[in-house]
Amino acid sequence: MAVVNWLWWIPALPLLGSVIAACLHAWTLAARKRAPEASANDTDRAARLAWPVASLAVGLAFVLSVVAWSALSDLPPEARVLESSTWNWIDGGSISFGISMLVDPLSSIMLLVICGVGALIHIYAGGYMADDPGKARFFAYLNLFVAMMLQLVLSSNLLGLFIGWEGVGLCSYLLIGFWYEKHGTSQAGQKAFVVNRIGDACFLIGSFCLIDLFGTLDMSDIGAGVADLLQSGEHNFQISLAALLLFGGACGKSAQLPLFVWLPDAMAGPTPVSALIHAATMVTSGVYLVVRLNPLFAAAPGVLFFMGLVAAATAFIAGSAAVAQRDLKGVLAYSTVSQLGYMFLGLSAGAWSAAIFHLVTHAFFKALLFLAAGSVIHGVHGNQDMHKMGGLRKHMPRTAATFIAGAAALSGLPLLAGFFSKDEILTLTFARGGGHMGLWLVGLGVAALTAFYSWRMVGLVFFGPARFDEQKQKPHESPTSMVLPLMILAFLAVVGGALNLPAVWPFEGSAGVLHHWLAPVTRLGDEILFHGLAPHLTSRTEYILLAIGAGLALIYSHKGFHAYKHGLERDEQFQNQRPLLQGTLRDAWGIDGAYTRWIVQPIKLLAFCVSVMVDKLLIDAAVNGAARGARALGERAKRMGDGSVAQTGLWMGAAAVLLALVWMAGGGL
Amino acid sequence: MNLILLTFLPLAGAVLLLLTPAGSVKVQRTIALVTTSAVAVLGVMLFGNFDGISATAQYLSEAPWFQLAGKEQPIDVWFRLGVDGISILLVSLTAILMPLVVLSAQVHIDKRVKEFFFWLLLMETGMLGVFLALDLILFYFFWELSLIPLYFILGIWGGERRLYATMKFFLYTVAGSLLMMLGVIWLTYQTGESDVRALMTLASGIEPTVQLWIFASFAIGFAIKVPVLPFHTWLADAHTEAPTSGSVVLAGVLLKMGTYGLLRFGVGMFPAAALEAAPLFMGLGAVGICYGAFLAMAQTDIKRLVACSSVSHLGFVVMGIFALTEAGLVGSVLQMVNHGLSTGLLFLLVGMIYERRHTRELSQYGGIARVMPLFAFFFVVSVLASMGLPGLNGFVGEYLILLGSFQASPLWATVGVSGIVFGAVYLLMATRKLLFGALTVEANENLKDLDFRETFILVPLVGLCLWIGVAPNSFIHKTSGSIDAVMLRIETARDMRTTSSAFNAPPDAPATVAASHHEQP
Repeated sequence: MAVVNWLWWIPALPLLGSVIAACLHAWTLAARKRAPEASANDTDRAARLAWPVASLAVGLAFVLSVVAWSALSDLPPEARVLESSTWNWIDGGSISFGISMLVDPLSSIMLLVICGVGALIHIYAGGYMADDPGKARFFAYLNLFVAMMLQLVLSSNLLGLFIGWEGVGLCSYLLIGFWYEKHGTSQAGQKAFVVNRIGDACFLIGSFCLIDLFGTLDMSDIGAGVADLLQSGEHNFQISLAALLLFGGACGKSAQLPLFVWLPDAMAGPTPVSALIHAATMVTSGVYLVVRLNPLFAAAPGVLFFMGLVAAATAFIAGSAAVAQRDLKGVLAYSTVSQLGYMFLGLSAGAWSAAIFHLVTHAFFKALLFLAAGSVIHGVHGNQDMHKMGGLRKHMPRTAATFIAGAAALSGLPLLAGFFSKDEILTLTFARGGGHMGLWLVGLGVAALTAFYSWRMVGLVFFGPARFDEQKQKPHESPTSMVLPLMILAFLAVVGGALNLPAVWPFEGSAGVLHHWLAPVTRLGDEILFHGLAPHLTSRTEYILLAIGAGLALIYSHKGFHAYKHGLERDEQFQNQRPLLQGTLRDAWGIDGAYTRWIVQPIKLLAFCVSVMVDKLLIDAAVNGAARGARALGERAKRMGDGSVAQTGLWMGAAAVLLALVWMAGGGL
Repeated sequence: MNLILLTFLPLAGAVLLLLTPAGSVKVQRTIALVTTSAVAVLGVMLFGNFDGISATAQYLSEAPWFQLAGKEQPIDVWFRLGVDGISILLVSLTAILMPLVVLSAQVHIDKRVKEFFFWLLLMETGMLGVFLALDLILFYFFWELSLIPLYFILGIWGGERRLYATMKFFLYTVAGSLLMMLGVIWLTYQTGESDVRALMTLASGIEPTVQLWIFASFAIGFAIKVPVLPFHTWLADAHTEAPTSGSVVLAGVLLKMGTYGLLRFGVGMFPAAALEAAPLFMGLGAVGICYGAFLAMAQTDIKRLVACSSVSHLGFVVMGIFALTEAGLVGSVLQMVNHGLSTGLLFLLVGMIYERRHTRELSQYGGIARVMPLFAFFFVVSVLASMGLPGLNGFVGEYLILLGSFQASPLWATVGVSGIVFGAVYLLMATRKLLFGALTVEANENLKDLDFRETFILVPLVGLCLWIGVAPNSFIHKTSGSIDAVMLRIETARDMRTTSSAFNAPPDAPATVAASHHEQP
């Protein structure tokens, strides 16, 4: 059977898994209700099936993704598109919206990452959630998430993409608030949803602009349409506006300024969720969107530069905030925001494939770091405060080893995955020249910060003296089902750089594999942005840039590790000597607080004003006044006869007067 | 398919109810349930057999009724029922909703049961008549018939402040009805015709200024019913005080009479006047979206919150209608049904929790997802439908409305889009305060989850939400013929206006009116 005919199955499998898991959950609840006294062992039998079912669904989707990828690679590069038939979803008269699945080099990479990393995280979550009474519900949500994420990357048009876009947002909401009885989780979920909705509103308006310009939301048609419009030289403003609005949508999902504030709070969810949704997949969908629409963004260079400014500022603010966090997951959350900033920095320089490269490697090492952090948290019974950890490498050596591999990759130590991907973004930003030189410098600074906080984490968690009661807590290594995914991800985080080695790599033909793979997708954007003259650097410059990157990573990794491998002195010193700076960094420059103060509170006040002042005191008072007036008139009329008749007469009289007035006014005009 | 049977079956049931002895509550419930279920079956069959491509009224049943004195010759008033693409969805919605409403009334209506069902059935005849009437006088007759029962339902079975709410509802409604009656009389008198189909062409022959005035009297009358800002303050009080079943009918069907009227008699009959008024109404709709959302945000009473959300949601419908674009109209017709389903669901759910705890204060809840997981599931799904999540019904309507509005006025569409953010705020806030967090109030510890009857009420509605969200075309295609016809009239009016202003027409009244308003795109 031709590949296109079963593309549907890729998102359908996890969707099916989700429905089955939901049924298992309902079954479990019913069993508990029937026998309230029975032990969880008896009642939760069905719930325990959810893990294998959900993992299998994602695993099968991964197999199909591999088949799709290999089918694609058998085709000549320019013909690498598989598109399923279109199902007519909304028929709005002159415009209709269909849904179809499209696999091209870009979406095939996304498929492999989502299903691959997703499957590993599902396997891991089986151990992590083993004792949770709601595990079937958890896997129902998690599988639904994977289905929606796959819908997002497979859709050939923007509205189909938006189904996935909102769907992953919903799952994110449900999973952040998964432990809904715990304080703060549902607030965090709500915040994530609402902040994302701001981005979604921009996305919607952007889609209207595109319909206005091109009469379609089909993404390949939009690309071709942009090229045509540019030749005619018209509509530059509308193109830029649409690009800007869609970037606004991307800012919401991918946690960029000014909408990044939800992501640190989102850590309230279970750690596998943070790994899958808030590190590896969902938060990268903004990056995917920009690459997918690269001709549109390439046609709006002003928007691209603005994107660079936003990205650099986000990377810096989040990177500096990560340095001052005590919460292990907090560091990783800010680090994720910061790394997403890198991806957008690359995009702003037109380095589409470099951004995807970093997306992939980041998925490996950040999922690894989150899962390893989850293993740590699991091992120390729910503690997330690094100040109360220390010396854990003795208790959980395998987790420690994999975490260190992830941290090394994140900090960009030479030859690891993060080194190559980050370097490519920085090199291409440098090569873009002009204003991007400034952005490149910021990028370098953030690289130093990244190395520093990565090794600070390693030092605080795994080295130094134990800052907790070892007798009482008894930290333990996690079960194999949790450690095995860690090892696989650690392997990928170490060798992932091979996907896209730099051009100066000494072995013939091994460089830029991913870049060449993505070339058919990014060709149009490159043509529009660079007019066929992509910025080129000499080998010497490239070597120098590589050396700078490697040097910074080594120096600051060493500094971070050295400062924290013995204990908390440096943090205490920092807090005592620079309390203001420490507080500012810890609160991510006070942005979230400012939003509460200047946006949330005023909106609450406005809501109060609307409901009390305008509605009650103005409109309602007028209505009640009119009613009283009418009643008073009625009372007066009552004296002349029977009350009800009088009132009817009054109404009729009023109607007649009104009629006459209107008639006269109508005639008079 | 006989529309007379469909319309008057509830009335027959109501008469039958009167014959039952006072104490036999069970028999009375059965009569109400059987009647409404039979109507529902007829409604679904009507939906299935209806031909959406055709623009003409189908299943016509007509008979001469009486004569009115006219300007030149007497006006023949006909008893004429028919269904077209604009009414089909609302007729089916009404038919499907009513048996569920009867089922929901089982617990909270415990006094004067016979009377309650009598009014409810009478109201169903009225509502179906409003959507099916193809004679202007008959339409007005049904309009009033559908409103009177609600006074009683509100005034007898309502909450503590029911008299205030009833009075307010009465005053607003009477004001609206009077304006509408004015329009009806004026239009009939002007044209010497009361057949709605004939009026569609005859009305555009009336002198433009007069058209504008008749349009205004209709539009304001319907706007009060919708309600459009600033005529909305009756709604929250009426909803809060009404019994659950009353709220569901009010939100699900009665408010739609307003938007239906705006579409058929406002825009459909007076496209030229609608073009003049469009910026105003789009603006009121868009502002209403945000205004209603802010109102809802400030509420602590969960039922009042849902009521205020109606103001916001109906703002979308009004904006979509007056965008006067195809996407806007399709979206609005669909959104009328969507609002009926999702808000109906929310009112039902709020009623179910109220029956258990007898309080609607959000602060009295929190964390009940643990004790009532099934309730939590249905509540979250309804909230998501209401929020317009893709895959559920609300999204399709809202997206088309916003798209259509953007084509007419990017500014108002942008204001409207911001409503989806505010909508998320109050709906998620209510969800959180009701379902999530720690269960702190002791009285909630032993709440019973939904029973079979309650689940049975909710499932069909949730199923419809999902169906419309996933395969909206099966509903959209039922409306396409009629909407094309309305669009054709709008386009004709638009063309006439551009030509009359483009050629700098001689200074007679219509041309000046048209020319002075040509800022409308």
